[in-house]
Amino acid sequence: MNLGRRLLITVPYAWLVVLFLIPFLIVLKIALSDYAISIPPYTPTLDVADGWGGFKEFWSKLDFENFVFLVEDSLYIKAYLSSFKIAAIATFLTLLVGFPFAYAIANAPEEWRPSLLMLVILPFWTSFLIRVYALIGIISNEGFLNQFLLWTGIIGEPLVIMNTNAAVYIGIVYTYLPFMVLPIYATLEKLDGSLLEAAQDLGCTRIGAFWSVTVHLAKPGVIAGCFLVFIPALGEFVIPSLLGGSRTLMIGKVLWEEFFSNRDWPVAAAVAVILLLVLIIPIVLFQRNDQKQREASK
Amino acid sequence: MRRPSWFNIVSLTFGFAFLYIPMIFLVIFSFNESKLVTVWGGFSTKWYGELMGNEAFLDAAWVTIKVAVISSSIATVLGTMAAFVLVRAGRFRGRTLFSGMIYAPLVMPEVITGLSLLLLFIAIGLDRGVVTIVLAHATFSMCYVSVVVSSRMASFDESLEEAALDLGCTAWDAFKSVTLPIIAPAVASGWLLAFTLSLDDLVIASFAAGPSSTTLPIKIYSSVRLGLSPEINALSSMMIGLVTIGVLVASITSKRAIQKQKRDELLAVQ
Repeated sequence: MNLGRRLLITVPYAWLVVLFLIPFLIVLKIALSDYAISIPPYTPTLDVADGWGGFKEFWSKLDFENFVFLVEDSLYIKAYLSSFKIAAIATFLTLLVGFPFAYAIANAPEEWRPSLLMLVILPFWTSFLIRVYALIGIISNEGFLNQFLLWTGIIGEPLVIMNTNAAVYIGIVYTYLPFMVLPIYATLEKLDGSLLEAAQDLGCTRIGAFWSVTVHLAKPGVIAGCFLVFIPALGEFVIPSLLGGSRTLMIGKVLWEEFFSNRDWPVAAAVAVILLLVLIIPIVLFQRNDQKQREASK
Repeated sequence: MRRPSWFNIVSLTFGFAFLYIPMIFLVIFSFNESKLVTVWGGFSTKWYGELMGNEAFLDAAWVTIKVAVISSSIATVLGTMAAFVLVRAGRFRGRTLFSGMIYAPLVMPEVITGLSLLLLFIAIGLDRGVVTIVLAHATFSMCYVSVVVSSRMASFDESLEEAALDLGCTAWDAFKSVTLPIIAPAVASGWLLAFTLSLDDLVIASFAAGPSSTTLPIKIYSSVRLGLSPEINALSSMMIGLVTIGVLVASITSKRAIQKQKRDELLAVQ
C-alpha cells in the first residue's frame, strides 16, 4: 500500500472515529453512569492512567439504573409511544398530500418537469427553522388561515391549531414534503403509460387500472418516501418544540429538556441510546427496501 | 401527450400553494409598518433598518457565516477524500465501519449527534465556542459531501485517469488536471450543501456552542419561542432571498457546465 493511499484513508477515518464514534461511546458510557450534582454532572469516569485496575473499578460501577428509571417512569414510555404515533400519522398525511403532488408532476408536460422539481426542492434549501417560523404565521390563532376563514364566514371563531398535535402534523407535512414527493416522482416517472392502456383494454376501469398499475408500481417509491419522512420525524425537536404544546410529547424534545433544563445528563444519554435502538428497526427496513429496489432496477 | 387533467392541476396548485404561501406571507409582512406581524399597517422597510442596528443579531450573523465558511470547506476536503475511499480504495481493513460512519450521521437524530459531541468536548476539556461548532458541523456535513461526490464518481470513467498516468503524469497531476475538473461540479454542490446545512443548523449548534458564541439559528429560535416578531420576518426574508439566489445561480451554472461538457465530449468523439 503506498503512502498516498494510506493517508487518503487515514485522515477521514481518524476524523470520523474521533468526532463520531468516540462521542457515541461516551454517550453509552454516561448512560450507564450515576447522576451527580457536579460539573460535569455524572460519575464515574474511566481513568485510563489507572490501567486494568481502573478499568475494573469503572466496570463494577456501571449500572443500568438509568434504563430501569426510563422503564419505570411512565413519562418516557409515553414519550416514545407518542413519538411513534405522531411520526406515523404525520407520515401518512405526508403521503396523502405527496402522492397526488408527485403524480401530477410526473404527468405534467415533459418540458415543465425540471422546473416543477426545482420548485419542490427549493424550499428544502431554505432554513428549516425559518420554514417552521413561516408556518406559525399561517396557523396561529390570529394567523392568516384563521383570518381568511373568519372573513369567508366558514367559522365563527378562530380555530386553535397552534400548540396542539395538529400543528405538529402540519409542521412535519410542510417541512418533509419534498422527501416524500421526490422518491415517488422517481418511480412514477419511469412508469410506462401503455401499461395503463393495456389494463384498461383488458377490462379494468380507470380507477382499477390506476390502482393495480400506477399504485402498485409506485410502491417502492412510496415505501422509500415514508421511511425518509418517518425516520427524521421520530427524533424531531424543532417542530414539537415550536409548534406543539406543552402536552406534545416527543422524545427529541424530552431529551433536550432532560439535558438543558433538568441537567440530568445520564438520563438524557440513556434516552438517546434507546431512541437510537428504536430507530435501528426502520433504518434496517429502509436499507432492505433500497437494496431490493436497486437489484430490481438492474 | 395526454392533456393535464383537472385532478393534476388541482394537486399541483394545492401542493405549491402549501409549500410557498407561508414563505410568501413571511416576506410580504417583513415590509409591514405595524409591529403586529399578522395585521397589515402599510409599507415600510424599517424592520430591515432596525435589524442592521441590532448588535446581537449582527454578531450572531458574523459567527454563523464564519462557522459556515470554515466548516463547509473542511467538510468538502474530508468528504471528497472519503468519497475517494468509498469508491476507489477497494478493500481495506475496517471498510465496513468506515462506510457505516459515513452513512450513520445522515439518519442520526440531531439531538443525539449534538449531545454526543458535547460530551466529547467536555471529556477532553475543549472550551465550547466557534471551534467546537466548526468541528461539529464539519463532521456531519462531510458525510453529505461524500454522498454527493461519491455518486458523481461512480459514473466516472477511470480510464481517463489511467490514460493521463500512461502519458507521464504524476498521480497528483492526473488528479489535478483530469479527475478534479470532472468531479468539480459535485464538489461545488457538496460545498454548497455543507454551507447551507451549517447555516441552518439549530440543534447541533445549540449543544456545541458556548455562552460567548451564539449563531443566528440559536438567536432566531430563542426569539421565536417568545412569539412572532417583524425583525425575525426581515431576517428570514433576507436569508430566503440569499439562499434562493444562491441555489438558482448554482443550478444554472452547473447546467451550463454539464452542457459544455457534453458538447466537448461530442467534439472529442468527432
